[in-house]
Amino acid sequence: MPGPSGAAIVAALKASGVGFIAAVPDIWTSAGLLWPIAADDGFRLIRLCKEDEGISICSGLAYAGKRAVLLMQSTGLLDSMNALRAIAVEYEQPVCMLVGLLSKEPDRAPADSAQYGVRIVPGILEVMGIDYVVVEGPDDVGAIVPAIGAAYARSRPCAVLIGRQVEA
Amino acid sequence: MRRDACLHALAAVRGEAIVVATYTTAFEWERIAPSPLNLPATGAMGQGSSHGLGLALGFPERKVIVLDGDGSLLMNLGTLVTIAAARPANLVHFVCENGTYEANGSHPIPGAGVVDFAGFARAAGYPHVFAFDDATVFAAELPALLALAGPVFAVLKFVPGDPVPTDYRWMHGKATRERFKAALQGR
Repeated sequence: MPGPSGAAIVAALKASGVGFIAAVPDIWTSAGLLWPIAADDGFRLIRLCKEDEGISICSGLAYAGKRAVLLMQSTGLLDSMNALRAIAVEYEQPVCMLVGLLSKEPDRAPADSAQYGVRIVPGILEVMGIDYVVVEGPDDVGAIVPAIGAAYARSRPCAVLIGRQVEA
Repeated sequence: MRRDACLHALAAVRGEAIVVATYTTAFEWERIAPSPLNLPATGAMGQGSSHGLGLALGFPERKVIVLDGDGSLLMNLGTLVTIAAARPANLVHFVCENGTYEANGSHPIPGAGVVDFAGFARAAGYPHVFAFDDATVFAAELPALLALAGPVFAVLKFVPGDPVPTDYRWMHGKATRERFKAALQGR
């Protein structure tokens, strides 16, 4: 099975009304997503020094009624735990994240990965009460629009876990 | 200069600006200039300026003022580079420098009295950088500073002044953020 199409994910973001992308590069999503987003006038890209900045930037944009997504690797998610805890969960802000699960094996679910840094991600999100969907292949991209829509409707965070390298 | 003198000067010219303030300054700012357009930025130190950036990008027609702390800024120095690169013209970023983690026992920050916050901002690429240690001068120059096309950065070197009552239920309470949202939506 091929990885998810970057063009299809971009289309899902646009269909969700996302106009802002806050990002730290991740090789899992670089060629298929971040470079195309950087070249797309339909998005305002905010390049971050560190991922937790993006939690707050997305929160600030949400106060303005603007939809945003934080694009990062799972290492960045792990580095942003306290900001996510306080700003997204406890303060009930619709912070939406696209998270590349670098090195996840294609034949395993994230929680079954041999990679410790990948394997712990679903459990952490569940403990924190953060809804997530897993995008492994082209057929999974359809989960993105409802996930983002629900996050903004409920004013709660969500994560889209990208389990395969995104196809350019 | 005293913090309350600085904040009174800012309150006099604040207008309809959104003000994102951190920790002890957030309490004193709310006492001096109560407004539904005040957002206390707490819970995750260092995130006030990043919230300010999101608000400034989301409301390009409104002035957004951040009252950051020196300890807070040290926890998120990359924010200076991110903000300078994003260049929000409507963002004014103050860092309130008292050299301590005032809300956590007034321990000195690393590098207290040595760290050059204005130098950080200048090196990060902020087009306008100031430092004030005299409230009269600050009050006199503030209107012109706020009229600049940002991002603007200014260090406010002060001593705390009178003790500030703290109300963490107000700060962390849902009602405070709901009040903020309602004010932004004109409700």
